Amino acid sequence: MVSDRSRKIVREYEEQQKNAVAGMNASSDGSALAGKDAKEREEELKREIGEAETFFTLMRRLVRENKLAVFSAAVILLFILAAVFAPLLTPYSFSDMDLMNRLCAPSSAHLFGTDAAGRDILTRLLYGSRVSLLTGVVPTIMSMLGGALLGVIAGYLQGIVDAVIMRIADVVLAFPSMLLAMVIVYMLGDGLVNIFLTLALVNWASVARIVRAQTLALKETEYVEAARVIGVSRTRIMFRHLLPNCLPTLIVLFTLNVPSAILTESSLSFLGLGVQPPNASWGLMVNEGRQYLYNAPWVSLVPSIAIMLIVLAFNFLGDGLRDVLDPYQKK
Amino acid sequence: MSGVLLEARNLTKEFPAGRKKKVHAVSDVSLQVFQGETLGLVGESGCGKSTLGRLMIRLLRPDSGALLVGGDDVTHLSEKEFRKYRRQLQLIFQDPYASLDPRLNVRDLIAEPLRTNHTCRTKEELTQRVLALMEDVGIPGEYLYRYPHQFSGGQRQRIGIARALAADPELIVCDEPVSALDVPVQNQILNLLKKLQKSRGLTYLFISHDLSVVRHISDRVCIMFLGTLCETGRVDDVYQNPQHPYTRYLMNAILVPDPHHRTDRIELLSGEIPSAVDPPSGCRFHTRCPYADDRCRREAPKMTDAGDGHLTACHYPLGNRPGDHS
Repeated sequence: MVSDRSRKIVREYEEQQKNAVAGMNASSDGSALAGKDAKEREEELKREIGEAETFFTLMRRLVRENKLAVFSAAVILLFILAAVFAPLLTPYSFSDMDLMNRLCAPSSAHLFGTDAAGRDILTRLLYGSRVSLLTGVVPTIMSMLGGALLGVIAGYLQGIVDAVIMRIADVVLAFPSMLLAMVIVYMLGDGLVNIFLTLALVNWASVARIVRAQTLALKETEYVEAARVIGVSRTRIMFRHLLPNCLPTLIVLFTLNVPSAILTESSLSFLGLGVQPPNASWGLMVNEGRQYLYNAPWVSLVPSIAIMLIVLAFNFLGDGLRDVLDPYQKK
Repeated sequence: MSGVLLEARNLTKEFPAGRKKKVHAVSDVSLQVFQGETLGLVGESGCGKSTLGRLMIRLLRPDSGALLVGGDDVTHLSEKEFRKYRRQLQLIFQDPYASLDPRLNVRDLIAEPLRTNHTCRTKEELTQRVLALMEDVGIPGEYLYRYPHQFSGGQRQRIGIARALAADPELIVCDEPVSALDVPVQNQILNLLKKLQKSRGLTYLFISHDLSVVRHISDRVCIMFLGTLCETGRVDDVYQNPQHPYTRYLMNAILVPDPHHRTDRIELLSGEIPSAVDPPSGCRFHTRCPYADDRCRREAPKMTDAGDGHLTACHYPLGNRPGDHS
């Protein structure tokens, strides 16, 4: 009897969802009352059986439960918009020198002051965020995808596959990462895409290590054994049981790797291998201000604060996402 | 009882334990499970019950011996060839907290076997099947999208049972399915298992260390000691007329809630179980058996029929004396 009722509920619920679009059209024809009624009933049904998790319900919970994460997302979005619309936001050029106005303190003309070549720091910050945001996120995502995949394969299959993958990872880890990055950039030549590749190639190994370790622990759990009894294929076990359960670790790793990628890019730029002057990146700007730290601290300070802000924003957003994705937090 | 559904022939499984040493978890065990019966498998902790259960559904591969499903030898089939038998043999786990993936909701958990076996064509059909299974095991359909941690132990075990049923199995190995639950819930789960057996014609291999639970649910029972079987037979025969000294000690250990039953006669075993890393020669029970002699120390006893399918692995079975336990 219970099941008849719940089956009916599900059927009605599915019909409701199908009719939702039609209902919206109908309501514009003046039958708003019927639309409202349907909506109320839908709410009731949802309360009864709950709902499956979708991207939108997740986001709704994130907005409801974690204001800090939402604020962080807004900050990140702001930086992205600033990067995209940089030319519209500032009257100055990021590359033209103005030697009469070297190292000006912040003023109404130059909000964040000027650097050693008389260039407006706000302008360079906006243009620099293009490079820094991209180098923070793109190579990190690349290295995480590659590292997680190789790590879970190595950990679950073990044997020769494991040995080969992990020895390669050991080789990558054995080199000082800066040296390795320099070698790869030398071989590939500079340019943004090559810097992405370089950073991804340097970072995947540590991700693979961590995911492999977690996989080794998870594959001994009873629910993986249960999946094997059912006859679930190895690929499916990896993608459906092992990787999702590595997710909290992966999110933390992501929030740690984004800033480190931004900083590695700045080191490469400092060594003349990354972004070439007069182009701007935050790391490059921090380095340019190094010599003037005592008499013109704003030259380094402003891009440093920008890096700090974006790093914090990614951290808080990561925390929020981890909580929302954690089934134990669900109500 | 009809034909043999699952048969183990001389199964042996050893696990490496340090350098050159091995744990003899299961040694030379032969066992038949008949279609439609419940076969209880009893023994103390560490005697190899769970290992035997996992060998019987080929979750573990034996070091030697053979496993037959419906007469087909499946011991050496590849995982792919074994797939069509996999569906028939399912497992219910002891710990309902560890055996459900915390990141899947009930619908996905129960749908997993259905998806794996491509039972349903459409999403709606899948949902309907999941709801039907939920009804069968007594989980309200409203909980379709809940996650495992939102359920009690008993409910989780029901979800585990629904998952096993979703594969439409012939035989389910129940590996101590109620030992993690409290007593009233144990009863509910046992009754559910009985009900499902009746309606679906299931066969159970029921592993437990709880003698009264096994007696309650089983048709036949196997007593296991240190990786070997000592006695097999119909429940009443084994419980009331134990042939193997170890079985009798086990039966003596059952506490009966009856003040008049209090006697000084109760014999209990002294000493520790021998180590499975270095099991005794001959009969594995001889170090603790009051009747053991030289022959027991030298020669491992074979399973012999005391009549009517009541098998004992003892050189000197106790004979048809009245039972020590009512």
